[in-house]
Amino acid sequence: MTITIDNPRAAAPDLPTRFRVLMRTRPEFVLAPALLVLIIGVWEFSVPYFQVPNYILPTPSDIAMALWRGLDAGPLDRGGYWLHAGVTVAEVLLGFVIGSGVGLLIGTVISQFRIIEATLRVYIVAIQSLPKIALAPIIVLWFGFGLTSKVVIICLLTFFPLLVTSMAGFKAVDPERLELMRALGARPWQIFWKVRLPSALPYIFAGLDMAAVFAVVGAVVGEFVGAQRGLGTLILSMNAQMDTAGTFSVFIILAIVGILLHKGLRMVERRVLFWSGEAERVIGT
Amino acid sequence: MTMIDVAHLDKTFVTVRQERVHALQDITLAVREREFVTVVGPSGCGKSTLLKILAGLIPASRGAVTVAGTAVAAPRRDIGIVFQNAVLLPWRTVMDNVLLPAEVQGLPKAQATVRARELLAMVGLDEFENKYPMELSGGMQQRAAISRALIGDPGILLMDEPFGALDAMTREQMNLDLQRIWQESGKTVVLITHSIPEAVFLADRVVVLTARPGRIARIVDVPLPRPRGLDVMEDPLFGRLTGEIRRLLYGRTNGSSKAPGGDLS
Repeated sequence: MTITIDNPRAAAPDLPTRFRVLMRTRPEFVLAPALLVLIIGVWEFSVPYFQVPNYILPTPSDIAMALWRGLDAGPLDRGGYWLHAGVTVAEVLLGFVIGSGVGLLIGTVISQFRIIEATLRVYIVAIQSLPKIALAPIIVLWFGFGLTSKVVIICLLTFFPLLVTSMAGFKAVDPERLELMRALGARPWQIFWKVRLPSALPYIFAGLDMAAVFAVVGAVVGEFVGAQRGLGTLILSMNAQMDTAGTFSVFIILAIVGILLHKGLRMVERRVLFWSGEAERVIGT
Repeated sequence: MTMIDVAHLDKTFVTVRQERVHALQDITLAVREREFVTVVGPSGCGKSTLLKILAGLIPASRGAVTVAGTAVAAPRRDIGIVFQNAVLLPWRTVMDNVLLPAEVQGLPKAQATVRARELLAMVGLDEFENKYPMELSGGMQQRAAISRALIGDPGILLMDEPFGALDAMTREQMNLDLQRIWQESGKTVVLITHSIPEAVFLADRVVVLTARPGRIARIVDVPLPRPRGLDVMEDPLFGRLTGEIRRLLYGRTNGSSKAPGGDLS
């Protein structure tokens, strides 16, 4: 070994060495992308090889082309993706914020009163198990083909996860923490802000994670049922034209919307719940 | 001066199944100012119940509890309490945990912070004020909890098996430190424990409770000189006292018939 402290470049190993180190320490960093490349490659070549018609299963390159065409359009072009994605994202964000916000608020209020919580519990559990998405046609009938009906559907879907998880969170507060606060002579609102709410946060974030997934589902189903704009309507019209590659490319856009929403939540969660170890994290995703 | 005065205290619970449980019976006890009293008893004898009544967390069924001249009806600021678990809030730093009672009670923050630094220095945590509880060992967490109990400068410190969750060596170190903290701070301490050596090591007087319903079997004076080091446990008097308490708790024990107990108590 030579002394290379004053020359950091000399200390950096060459590329093949770094690759070998990476394979030894974190092989998944190499193998996971390699698997993706393999799958796409097999897909690309087996579609023409088995003579699968394009409208049944398009090749990855067809999907990429459709994606490019959709993204190449102007922001207000009705054939492009930007306009529709914008509408869907607006619906998702509005519905998610309102629905989960109201769910959290009501769940929080209910949890502070034992009698109300015990009375409503049976109904909430019953309603929670209903497939609320089946109400989408009625909601479109009530609120029309515009943005409102989609926002209402998403609200309905995101309300219950937050209602249920916040109630569970407030119920699960460590009794020792409550006894400590009582011993300090704390008032109820002090106990709420300093102990109950922070203790319930891991549950609440688990609910938000669930609600984020439901929000995207709600938007697409709502648009299937009746809408003039949005990625769901785009999928419907492409499907009618047997543009399967286009449908897949819209699916990719939807996936990106869902992943971004999830990642954004995780970022907030990591900052807020930095103190929550594996034991306190409720549902790992 | 009498700091804590308990007169003919009785506590009866009614369980969920409507059964009556007689937890404490006719407890009469006077704790002097700056005294260190420990309470030992078999598990389920109502030791913790006694402490919660003293702290004003639960009411007595009968009898009177007077602290510093006034009856205890609710939790009060002149009583600090330490539980078996440190119960630190994991989202707060050590400093903010120690400041919690000051916040709740609306004490001026600047003053409280200065005092918190002094307390953390006293328990040996002065370099950890910005750490989070999960970064501390069990013993360090309990030291932080003791600082928190002392932040409002209460005259009385109630401790409910504070070192029960710690390993034996940490526990002995904590006993030494608690003795020093008690002597430096001049508090009146009532400490519940199930460890007889711990009870004798720390106490001016040991209150021995019987099994349920908890009654005072005897109050044992510990005339060992202070400050006590761990070597006091090799003192013949220490052995006689622990032996006497053990016999009170278990009845006659095998192999200890030589220990004279008659000249004590």
